[in-house]
Amino acid sequence: MNSRVVTRIPLYGLLALFGAAMLVPLYLMVITSLKPPAEALISRMWMLPSELSFAAWDSAWTTLRPYLVNSFTLAIPATLLSAFVGSVNGYVFSRWRFRGSEYVFNFLLLGMFIPYQIVLIPLVVTLQSIGLYNSIAGLVITHVIYGIPITTLIFRNFYARIPSDVIEAAEVDGAGFLGVYRRVALPLSLPGFVVVGIWQFTQIWNEFLWAVTITSAGQRPVMVALQNLSGSQIVEWNVQMAAALQAALPTLIVYVLLGRYFVRGLLAGAVKE
Amino acid sequence: MSVEAMPQPIEGYEESALERAPVGRKRHRIPRGVERAMPLLLLLPSVIAIGVFVYGFIAWTGWVSVSNWTTFVQDMSFRGFTEYTRLLSDFRFLSGLRNVIVFTILFVGMCALVGLLLAILLDRQPWGQPIWRNLFLFPLAISFVVTGVVWQWLLNPSAGVNILLDQLGVESLPMWYVSTEIIPGWQWGQIEVAIPIALVAVVLAAGWQMSGFAMAIYLAGLQGVSEDLREAARVDGATELEIYRRVILPLLRPMTITIVIVLGHISLKTFDLIFVMTGSGTGYVTDVPAVYMYEATFRANQFARGAAISVVLLVLVIALMAPAVWARNKSEEGARE
Repeated sequence: MNSRVVTRIPLYGLLALFGAAMLVPLYLMVITSLKPPAEALISRMWMLPSELSFAAWDSAWTTLRPYLVNSFTLAIPATLLSAFVGSVNGYVFSRWRFRGSEYVFNFLLLGMFIPYQIVLIPLVVTLQSIGLYNSIAGLVITHVIYGIPITTLIFRNFYARIPSDVIEAAEVDGAGFLGVYRRVALPLSLPGFVVVGIWQFTQIWNEFLWAVTITSAGQRPVMVALQNLSGSQIVEWNVQMAAALQAALPTLIVYVLLGRYFVRGLLAGAVKE
Repeated sequence: MSVEAMPQPIEGYEESALERAPVGRKRHRIPRGVERAMPLLLLLPSVIAIGVFVYGFIAWTGWVSVSNWTTFVQDMSFRGFTEYTRLLSDFRFLSGLRNVIVFTILFVGMCALVGLLLAILLDRQPWGQPIWRNLFLFPLAISFVVTGVVWQWLLNPSAGVNILLDQLGVESLPMWYVSTEIIPGWQWGQIEVAIPIALVAVVLAAGWQMSGFAMAIYLAGLQGVSEDLREAARVDGATELEIYRRVILPLLRPMTITIVIVLGHISLKTFDLIFVMTGSGTGYVTDVPAVYMYEATFRANQFARGAAISVVLLVLVIALMAPAVWARNKSEEGARE
């Protein structure tokens, strides 16, 4: 064995160790959710099912389905709206400068860093007074507003990369501010929309604090329903695992298909370009 | 938060757009004044929304915290700083404050260390590098609620990991998040400044979920270290280990600051993971201010108290962010020179 191979053994050993640790919770969720009820015993927790059973999946699905529908009704419009708002803002900040525009940008951006508990009471009071408390629409508005900082930031960085001669060409053509946005910037925006869309969809789908505060009963998104189910003493644990997996699947699928863009959204708020 | 350099504006952009109005082409024309004000008009709704929903609401919450709103009936008359002085001797609040600080230190520390290790491993260009990277990142796409549900079973004292430990012959199995033990520290008023064992279990779950973030940040940093620099160090006779310690790690300082800012801020407002996985715990060993705030406000109708707790939370976040952002701006200036 040459020395290169020897030095690489610890490398792969460590990778395998951490890789396995990452997979343990997923493994447990998957095998438990596929066990026949008789095998879903704590003592057999780590053992593979002797035969595949979808009883737990069925049971979790029956309970969770209306809430999964709620989550989609929440996350899809909220994601689209918030991406559109971010796109307009980001475009303005990337093309337009005036005295203090940096301050306006930071004014918006700081909204990203507050602990949301600080706005919770006024938010509930406000939504109640406009009749949107305990409604998906109220949650959509909340996510769109508090999504302004991150979506604006990502889109501003995105539009800053459009070469200025492309813009100038459109201006020579006589396009105004909005015209350049509509005819030049927007058609080039697809990758920006993908990054922001995936980021916002994941955040909104996974969010819990607003969901549990603003909605109750039939209006709840899936994460609140999952929390209720896991806190219940009468729901078997294999059903809990199946429910957790079902609630996690939409964002996991997005990650598997479009992980590249997810990571870009992740780094967008943190790393300088 | 510092902001990257704005793209250079195109010289005379607005004027040129107007002067070169279309000739001989029929199109809808926007009046000159509106055209000039267009960027402002587009931005205004967002500025107003953030102004009201962030800054206005912070002031509103501040007012609630000094008001008489202590029942279900809203009463915004002034009461004074009673809730704040009460919190100073509130066992639950002080426990939560200690817990969230301990949790933040352990959680950010674990994520940074594991993230750095994973980033260095991936920087060695192992076979299948993108696969490994995705494997370490996928928990980031999962909700803390899901993580809480699964880890509640993994670290349940009579299930999960303990079953494996039992089969390995471990005598005294850990109690994980059910433990009420506190690693001895010192007494400070009513509470003990120390590490509740139960928190370690929550740190493991949170670290599982968020270590990938630190890894991604460090990896981006490592890939920015030029091969020339490494080669120069090798020529100077440095071993690979020395190159990491002397050359690369100092260059990763800005990444560490970024990780502290992002993860520290997530950690201080931690709510969902605790709420789902453990709740406040016996003797409040796993309570945090965010959970207390929620329960005081929406379960006990103590709105003034809830508001006061959230004000303290905001101050905590600012106290963490201000020095970190300052350090980041400083290290950036250093890098630019």
